[in-house]
Amino acid sequence: MSTVTPPDAPESDADPTPAEIRKMLSSASLSTKRRVRNTGASIAMVLTFLIAAVPLVFMGTSVVSQGIGVVMSADWWTQPIPGDVGRSDLAGNEDLCGLGFGDTAECESGGSTTTVVEGMQPAIVGTFLTVFGASVLAIPLGIMGAVYLNEYGKTGRLAQFIRFMTDVMVGVPSVVMGVFVYSIWVVRFGTSGKSAFAASLALGCLMLPIVVRSTEEMLKLVPNSLREASAALGTRTWKTTVSVVLPAAIAGITSGCLLAVARAAGETAPVVFTIGFVTTTNLSMRGQNTTLSAQIYSQLQNGGTIATQLAWGAAVTLVVIVLVLTLAARGISKRFAIVGS
Amino acid sequence: MTMQLEAPPSVDPSPRGSLTEEGSGAGVDRLFRRVALLAGGAVLLILLLIAISTTNQAWPAFSEFGAGYFFGTEWIPSEQLYGILPLVFGTVVVSLIAVVFAVPISIGIALFITELAHRRVRGFITLVIDLLAAVPSVVFGLWGFYQLIPIFQSVFNWIADLVSGIPVLNVLFAPGSGSSFMSAGLVLALMITPIITSVTREVFLTVPVNDKSGALALGATRWEMIKGVVIPHSSGGLTGAVMLGLGRAMGETVAVALLIGASPQISANLFGRGETMPAQIFRSLSEASGTYRSALIGLGVCLFVITILINISARRLVVIVDRRIKGTA
Repeated sequence: MSTVTPPDAPESDADPTPAEIRKMLSSASLSTKRRVRNTGASIAMVLTFLIAAVPLVFMGTSVVSQGIGVVMSADWWTQPIPGDVGRSDLAGNEDLCGLGFGDTAECESGGSTTTVVEGMQPAIVGTFLTVFGASVLAIPLGIMGAVYLNEYGKTGRLAQFIRFMTDVMVGVPSVVMGVFVYSIWVVRFGTSGKSAFAASLALGCLMLPIVVRSTEEMLKLVPNSLREASAALGTRTWKTTVSVVLPAAIAGITSGCLLAVARAAGETAPVVFTIGFVTTTNLSMRGQNTTLSAQIYSQLQNGGTIATQLAWGAAVTLVVIVLVLTLAARGISKRFAIVGS
Repeated sequence: MTMQLEAPPSVDPSPRGSLTEEGSGAGVDRLFRRVALLAGGAVLLILLLIAISTTNQAWPAFSEFGAGYFFGTEWIPSEQLYGILPLVFGTVVVSLIAVVFAVPISIGIALFITELAHRRVRGFITLVIDLLAAVPSVVFGLWGFYQLIPIFQSVFNWIADLVSGIPVLNVLFAPGSGSSFMSAGLVLALMITPIITSVTREVFLTVPVNDKSGALALGATRWEMIKGVVIPHSSGGLTGAVMLGLGRAMGETVAVALLIGASPQISANLFGRGETMPAQIFRSLSEASGTYRSALIGLGVCLFVITILINISARRLVVIVDRRIKGTA
């Protein structure tokens, strides 16, 4: 071991043993102030995470505990939404009668004349319908847009501009998309314009920039050697794109689209004033419809125990749908990730 | 070991046309390119359409009330008073509250992910943040409406009691209600944390490893390295992240609508009721007609312009950052 000892070092201070060196270099030799600050900062980082995670757990448990009851019954998935729940609610609830809220006649006759079947099928169907419509509109368009940006436009001025505006469009509030569709569609066609299709238009506008950006990121990861190999075989650019580039990136594209779909499924603002309101299942893209998120809001406005039950149940259903989509997206992108070039 | 080689298949020595000549399929290629260009242009077209059609619908309100629309301090639809300042005020206050709470938390989480956490822990944290980003706005609203408002009510009253003797603070934190600027802002903070975290993390990942190792090799503690290398290197990107969060907060609708109390007013009391632009549109557009409808669509135009401006400046700032913002963006 050859350490350089300063000439004026006292004789007794011989070469430090490895243990001593380790001690000198460890955090134990830091001044108390620096050590406390460093530990404090680390603890603060963990705390910030807990500040975000604890409400999430709190919210998750309360949504599940409040809503799981209704969701577990088959009626929830097959029956229409009980109309006028505020009233039937009063009829069935003696406490409210006692408080003087109920209809006198109904309260005197013992109350529970009406049984409410808690169903949410129209909203579940409506959610899938609108999201499906939005996907049909936005996903092909978004993928083609990304193909333009990554395969044709590249770093050209127009492509850079489109890319920038796409990023900006991601930040446009969803309620503005709703106002947009309202002003081009509902204002023109009146109440009959309110439909699953109108809501799909709004959600499609919302999804489009997300699909474009996520798809482009995935196309960027496709190694250029694949494109060159294909071109060297004399393949046309379009054929290369369709049969080489897109299949290579398909996992990532799927994952990005699923995230966009999840986002659209959870949106309320653009849906509420473009879709109208129904309590029975409507399988058509035309005519008023309803979605889970719209139901959560309107049942919450209704108030009363049964409406609240419906709102929590719809929240559980919606959260499950969104989580399945999100986790699927994560799973796909992890499992089939292209190794970046 | 010998092997009988078969004769190679005969190849036509003269292929049709030379390599430089346009063969069949060129038309398809051009068509494909054009379709792709159109699809790319769709984004621009939609943005343009949004601007035109909403402004067109809002025009009656703009022209009828003129400057009174943009600078009026009273929004009372039942009396035909449409001054948007109380709503702009509410939007700004709520978003600022959200940003003030969300930014330190997001930076902390991003640092935790990039500098502190073990690889496995990192996966777990990003999962939690992704889940937080995935929860629909209306579910935050529902949860806040039923579970948080009672808690907020008592906490706010307690704080108001506590500061009742202190000037300035007793105006900002006067006794109010459970649904208030502060309630909406706090829930909003939770909702914008994922987006700020993900952008901030991308920014931190651009800090050169050499700089960080250099600081550590000079004997800096991890915190000193973060303070001296990571943060200064990221200041531009961080500003961008904050502005993206701000833009997101300003447009957030349902959760705010359920938590803010639906009372358009300019008041310094953060525990008082208020109203924001998106919440007002959301609440009333379905049933509105005539001038009221125009005025509401006008709110949409203002919101569109404000968020576009914020996003443009934010994107300018994070332009150095890899733009991978995923679905949470």
